[in-house]
Amino acid sequence: MTTNAHPKILIFGFGNPGRQDDGLGIALVDHLQQLDLPHCTFEQNYQLNAEDSLLISEYETVIFADASVAVESVALTEIEPSHEIGFTTHSMHPASVVALCNELYGKFPKCYLLEMRGFEWEMKEGLSEEAEVVLQMALDAMIQQLETGVVKPHPDSVELKN
Amino acid sequence: MSKKITIEPVTRVEGHGKVTIHLDDNNKVTQSRLHIVEFRGFERFVQGRPYWEAPVLVQRLCGICPVSHHLAAAKALDVIVGLGSDGLSPTGDKMRRLMHYGQMFQSHVLHFFHLVSPDLLFGIDGDPAIRNIIGVVLKHKDLAVRGVLMRKFGQEIIRATAGKKIHGTGAIPGGINKNLSLEEKQFFTDGKAIPSIDTMIEWAQDTVNFFKSYHKEHSDLLDGFAAFPSNHLSLVRKDGALDLYHGVMRAVDAEGNRILDDVDYQDYLQYIGEEVRSWSYMKFPYLKSLGKEKGWYRVGPLARLNTCDFIPTPLAQKEFEEYKAYTKGKPNNMSMHMHWARLIETLHSAEVIKQLLDDPDLQGTDLVRKGTKISNGVGLIEAPRGTLFHHYQIDDNDQISMCNLIVSTTHNNEPMNRAVNWVADNTISGKAEVTEGLLNGVEVAIRAYDPCLSCATHAVGKMPLEVSIVDNNDKVVSNLRKNVDN
Repeated sequence: MTTNAHPKILIFGFGNPGRQDDGLGIALVDHLQQLDLPHCTFEQNYQLNAEDSLLISEYETVIFADASVAVESVALTEIEPSHEIGFTTHSMHPASVVALCNELYGKFPKCYLLEMRGFEWEMKEGLSEEAEVVLQMALDAMIQQLETGVVKPHPDSVELKN
Repeated sequence: MSKKITIEPVTRVEGHGKVTIHLDDNNKVTQSRLHIVEFRGFERFVQGRPYWEAPVLVQRLCGICPVSHHLAAAKALDVIVGLGSDGLSPTGDKMRRLMHYGQMFQSHVLHFFHLVSPDLLFGIDGDPAIRNIIGVVLKHKDLAVRGVLMRKFGQEIIRATAGKKIHGTGAIPGGINKNLSLEEKQFFTDGKAIPSIDTMIEWAQDTVNFFKSYHKEHSDLLDGFAAFPSNHLSLVRKDGALDLYHGVMRAVDAEGNRILDDVDYQDYLQYIGEEVRSWSYMKFPYLKSLGKEKGWYRVGPLARLNTCDFIPTPLAQKEFEEYKAYTKGKPNNMSMHMHWARLIETLHSAEVIKQLLDDPDLQGTDLVRKGTKISNGVGLIEAPRGTLFHHYQIDDNDQISMCNLIVSTTHNNEPMNRAVNWVADNTISGKAEVTEGLLNGVEVAIRAYDPCLSCATHAVGKMPLEVSIVDNNDKVVSNLRKNVDN
């Protein structure tokens, strides 16, 4: 994890960059880490899991960045904590991590899910051409907000979820 | 009107599971099967790549247990670079072991606290609204806090040894690319930044004790649910000790008679075959000496404690003796005792981590060794879910020309099907109504094996799990959908 001087915002990209567009969250963080974003701290992993509830409890704002098939291009939505889990818990949805953070540590960071549309999922490094466009859209939408340190869903710059 | 119950993901790009249970007009089960769509493309994908890339490449295979694939590939390539399977430097061997036992610790902890404890604490047919990790948090906060910190400890061990979380590079052919600094060691021992390894051992012991107390009150469930005799396969150390990183192959039958013993895993193809069945994409491994019909076996924690003679750390050995006494020294064939075995392994892993952290070899500088290159190598490791084979051949240009993998979930294909059969026959068959609780029983039986159904790709919306009851005309009678994004 890399940290700038005054961390307030955590950007957590997750996914498998060995599976093409599944690595969109990782790619977003790779790009953002190259910029001078004084409010931001960055983290990457293949999956989210229970211990991430402890990590996010240390921040005021958290943005989970992931590939998605549930949006047309890019969507930034506020996460409502969820107590539900899936069939296997080898990975957790951000909403479950947020719920764990709330219940375990009594901390309530403002959490958002940045979904970026993925198109190709083969065992191959590198994003598809379509996903590269989506990634740029996400970067364009996020950088200004991250520079100011104020993050909120922004319907003018990102598409809302379907 | 006959019915078919289907439990399946709707859209997936790789390994997923589907359960089908066929009922006749009287709701009697006529057939039940677990289908797992195994991703096999990796073996072709890796062909043509330089062999030294394999330990990093294989982590693409699974975002859940990349460390296991990373180390199994590295072990195979140790053989290819001419070191045999025992030729690493002490620092190389012990750093890899630290990485592996860290992986084992965090994976087992996650499985118990996250997957198993909700079913135990609230019951298999408990209210699904609270039968989850959040429910555990609300009712047993101390247990959940410990689970999170134990998982984090294991993850930090991996970070310190593998170098990074995504596509770690710690293990390389012939050794390791870093040692453990004294500062890194102190991080795990002084208890300042995170609870210390001594605390991990104490908590792991408490968790075994918790399970044993639960067992006393719920022995009918834990002893009887999805229990059936089987063969068992794993690595053991040459002297018969439990060893999760290296050793020889041993297999025993349901009575404890040895089928394989002291077998060099470089020769695995002489002993293990893989059967293809028309209704499943995943192969069914078997011991050749027993044939396809009788040669199937279990791998994983239950199998490992059935094949080994002892555990070479004191606290886990004490628990092992109590565990073995429960079955009067015979192999344990109770599926739900997989959890008990897993927790004993968790304790053992913590003890091994402490031993390794105290070992000055971890600060050694002899990291990589080389010998005379050969063209063929097999790596075998006991991954959290069971035995994992990686087999590579290279050509004159140092490119991989053949790759064969047998992963833990494949070994357990037949046992998981047997477990589903048991639940279908014993809890669902003949019931007027198939409730959520009954269907959760199917999941509980499968989950005991901790199969890797949802490997690397997990994009939002990609992993729904659908439970459908369908009549003879393919009309959905009822539908229940589970999804990782809720």
